Amino acid sequence: MSAVAQAFSRAREENRAALVGYLPAGYPDLATSIRLIEAMVAAGVDVVEVGLPYSDPLMDGPVIAQAADRALSQGTTTDDVLEVAAASARTGAATVVMSYWNPIERFGLDRFADRLAAVGGSGVITPDLTPEEADAWQASTDARSLDRIFLVAPSSTPERIATVVSACSGFVYAASLMGVTGTRDSVSGDAEGLVARVRAETNLPVAVGLGVSHGDQAASIAGFADGVIVGSAFVRAVAQAPDNDAAVEAVGALAAELAAGVRRRSE
Amino acid sequence: MTDTVLGTAHDGHYGPYGGRFVPEALTHALDELESAFRAALDDPAFEQRLDSLQRNYTGRPSPLTEVTRFGEHCGGARILLKREDLNHTGSHKINNVLGQALLAQRMGKKRVIAETGAGQHGVATATAAALLDLECTVYMGEEDTRRQALNVARMRLLGAEVVPVTAGSQTLKDAINEAMRDWVSTVERTHYLLGTVTGPAPFPEIVRHFHSVIGTETREQVLDLVGRLPDAVAACVGGGSNAIGIFSAFLDDPTVQLRGYEAGGEGIDTGRHAARFAMGAPGVLHGARTYVMQDEWGQTVPSHSISAGLDYPGVGPEHAWLHDTKRAHYEPVSDDEAMQAFALLSRTEGIIPAIETAHALAGAMRLGRELGPDAVIVINLSGRGDKDVETAARYFGIDISDSPDVPAP
Ligand SMILES: Cc1ncc(COP(=O)(O)O)c(C=O)c1O
Repeated sequence: MSAVAQAFSRAREENRAALVGYLPAGYPDLATSIRLIEAMVAAGVDVVEVGLPYSDPLMDGPVIAQAADRALSQGTTTDDVLEVAAASARTGAATVVMSYWNPIERFGLDRFADRLAAVGGSGVITPDLTPEEADAWQASTDARSLDRIFLVAPSSTPERIATVVSACSGFVYAASLMGVTGTRDSVSGDAEGLVARVRAETNLPVAVGLGVSHGDQAASIAGFADGVIVGSAFVRAVAQAPDNDAAVEAVGALAAELAAGVRRRSE
Repeated sequence: MTDTVLGTAHDGHYGPYGGRFVPEALTHALDELESAFRAALDDPAFEQRLDSLQRNYTGRPSPLTEVTRFGEHCGGARILLKREDLNHTGSHKINNVLGQALLAQRMGKKRVIAETGAGQHGVATATAAALLDLECTVYMGEEDTRRQALNVARMRLLGAEVVPVTAGSQTLKDAINEAMRDWVSTVERTHYLLGTVTGPAPFPEIVRHFHSVIGTETREQVLDLVGRLPDAVAACVGGGSNAIGIFSAFLDDPTVQLRGYEAGGEGIDTGRHAARFAMGAPGVLHGARTYVMQDEWGQTVPSHSISAGLDYPGVGPEHAWLHDTKRAHYEPVSDDEAMQAFALLSRTEGIIPAIETAHALAGAMRLGRELGPDAVIVINLSGRGDKDVETAARYFGIDISDSPDVPAP
């Protein structure tokens, strides 16, 4: 069983949802991005998504897009992302990389999968890769037992969901709303129905992301999903902190609040 | 991926290029668009409506103009200009816009959004939106809103909202990112009226279809005028829509050379250019696999060109395939070469071209010298230069403030 699968089954045994936390590698700088991830894990994040900063993040709102810009302007490379993934895996948390497709294609599919597996990474989330274009990626990830995580959205038809989940392993990423990343005040009404439609097609765990920013939202999603994914809220906490130490503290505090939320499981 | 016949999309692919690399949230909208497009192709009423707009609104067919004085500077070759500059709104862009706006109506979408570089696509979209009573938002890089200020004003006069994009290089690439973000959030009531033959399938195929009228008319007009096929067809290539539009009618004529001219900017060794074929590599950008200007890590490298419409680090996937199969040939043309051709056409023929188009003119000057005086070359005159008067005046040092005594370039 992959580290990701283990994290979800442990959460299930504890009758709670798993907490998945996203932070971009190299933001605000390489060393601090590692400290932030360590703080996130210490406060209860089960699965870490290490973001690969990309020049054209068209699925991201301004918070993550600006973080990616900053990471890139400091020269963050794919090698650095793998270094952060290694540090994340050393914490014991299941670690996946979240990347737009071109940087992986440019690095080389097999080379990327090799390197990630070698540093203890467990899988890859590819928000702009659809299963139709993923034949070679399937082979590269299967050969190294890496989880391959695709997204479903509120607009996905049942046939489409069936296609996507059959290409997935580890978990299914359910986008809670039609839109880009960024925090929202409430959980989209589309999320619960989408999770139900995904469950009709697969036994894989389903995690819900996009727009989640605080403990109450995490609790309400934990009422119907196997995992709660939080990204922009962590990045925003870093962006708003006066210095790196404060950022580490803020990320830890937010992770603790969310970790309590996924254990509360309100309806 | 199936094998690919030249110029035909199979499953949205052109050889290894094209495809769909998009957030899952857009898959449904792209499927819906594809069905609407296929249904429209089978519907004679759609064809009639579009044809009537093309004749009575756009002013098609556009003429084919022989330019002998300009031809003297092209090695004496016979030069024929396909006059897309005479279309309503001033460029070829209106062909695709009217087609897609009718598709949007068919799909029951009340709002269209668009990206624009030079502003020509934005103006055409704002125009069609006014005509068909659609809401319209246009995304434009902030740098482009400055260098094409006249077109920003035109769009606003037409009732469109223009959103300057301040992210990244503040040009066409960033405007596309922003339009995509809007579309993901509003897709139920919004059609993304993409302005060139790039993006996820089925956009390259749809945009090509609506521009193929350029090629169809040209082929007939050349045969009428010259009695034979041309030796070469030349066009500038930003995303590649005017080029594919005119190339499409000649793909199966092996004696007709197809020449595309991309922006060489300040020179391809300066790094400041938009020469995707000369300096880029296959990759994925904005939903399709194609040639992309990128660094060793797969990060997009910002492009540069004096012409906003060619200032884009990607190119349509069908061009990538035409390039690899060598059916078409692509070369960079520098800012300076383009501006010399811009001035030359203005003064020899009384036609002020768009700076984008001037790249094709400069390319044809080279090509004419190569092919000699017996050659017949058609150039797609994709747009007129009204929008570029300020840029050109600055380039040539003409004072346009209030001086009555304007020196010639
Ligand atoms: C007059 C003109 N020609 C050419 C282009 C480049 O686009 P494409 O390569 O899609 O024809 C533009 C784009 O703005 C334009 O305005």
